[in-house]
Amino acid sequence: MSMQSPLSRAKGMGSAKEGLHHWVVQRFTGIALVPLSLWFMWSMVCLAGAEHAEVVAWMQAPVNAVSLSLFVGVALYHSALGVQVVLEDYISHEGFRMVKMIVQKFLHYFLAALGIFCVLQVALGA
Amino acid sequence: MSQSQPSTNRPMSPHLQVYRWQITMTLSILHRATGVALTFGAFALVAWLVAVAAGPEAYAAAQACLHSPVGAVLAFGWSFSLYYHLCNGIRHLVWDAGSGYSMKGLYTGGYIVVAVSVALTAATWAVLLGGAA
Repeated sequence: MSMQSPLSRAKGMGSAKEGLHHWVVQRFTGIALVPLSLWFMWSMVCLAGAEHAEVVAWMQAPVNAVSLSLFVGVALYHSALGVQVVLEDYISHEGFRMVKMIVQKFLHYFLAALGIFCVLQVALGA
Repeated sequence: MSQSQPSTNRPMSPHLQVYRWQITMTLSILHRATGVALTFGAFALVAWLVAVAAGPEAYAAAQACLHSPVGAVLAFGWSFSLYYHLCNGIRHLVWDAGSGYSMKGLYTGGYIVVAVSVALTAATWAVLLGGAA
């Protein structure tokens, strides 16, 4: 006997098999962000009101450059996953949702690349 | 078992306003709201990094934005959002591990999350404002 409902069988949509991966990655990035975001807040408090040269010197320390790159990349990835769920919940029109989804993913990945590039540019010196 | 009629006219769940207010529902929607706020905070962080990479003039302009009244309010909101989303995210991870589902656990965890995130926000701004004075 099939466990599928007649409506589900008639619609023939089934599972897209993507949900578990999204769920797991959202948690993995969330766990990674616990130490990264606490370190980030601590660093920002320490850097409050700092001159440009001080920020550059801080960013040139390898530990800070790597941690900040990771924070920017993981935070924006986690954000893209979260915004995806918000769009899935609130936008019912499939075409419009797809357009918003592509725009938000591109924007997040672009900004992650841009942010990490800026950190590396400062860290490696011009 | 296969008696149900295929129909898209299924009953819908009642809308939010029929429920009595509970702190758990507020914390749930606050988790999403702070998540969306942090998305914009992350965008602002990238803008700040671009300014640092661009040089002292751009950095000075970014710092001026950050220290303006609007910038300060946003920074305060983002700091609370981060601490709240962090603490409540850990609460979610505890649920994912299969524990904390009793009514008492749900409320206790909720109050702990609010207390810790308010305390962390207060401590952060006490240090920030103390250092600036």
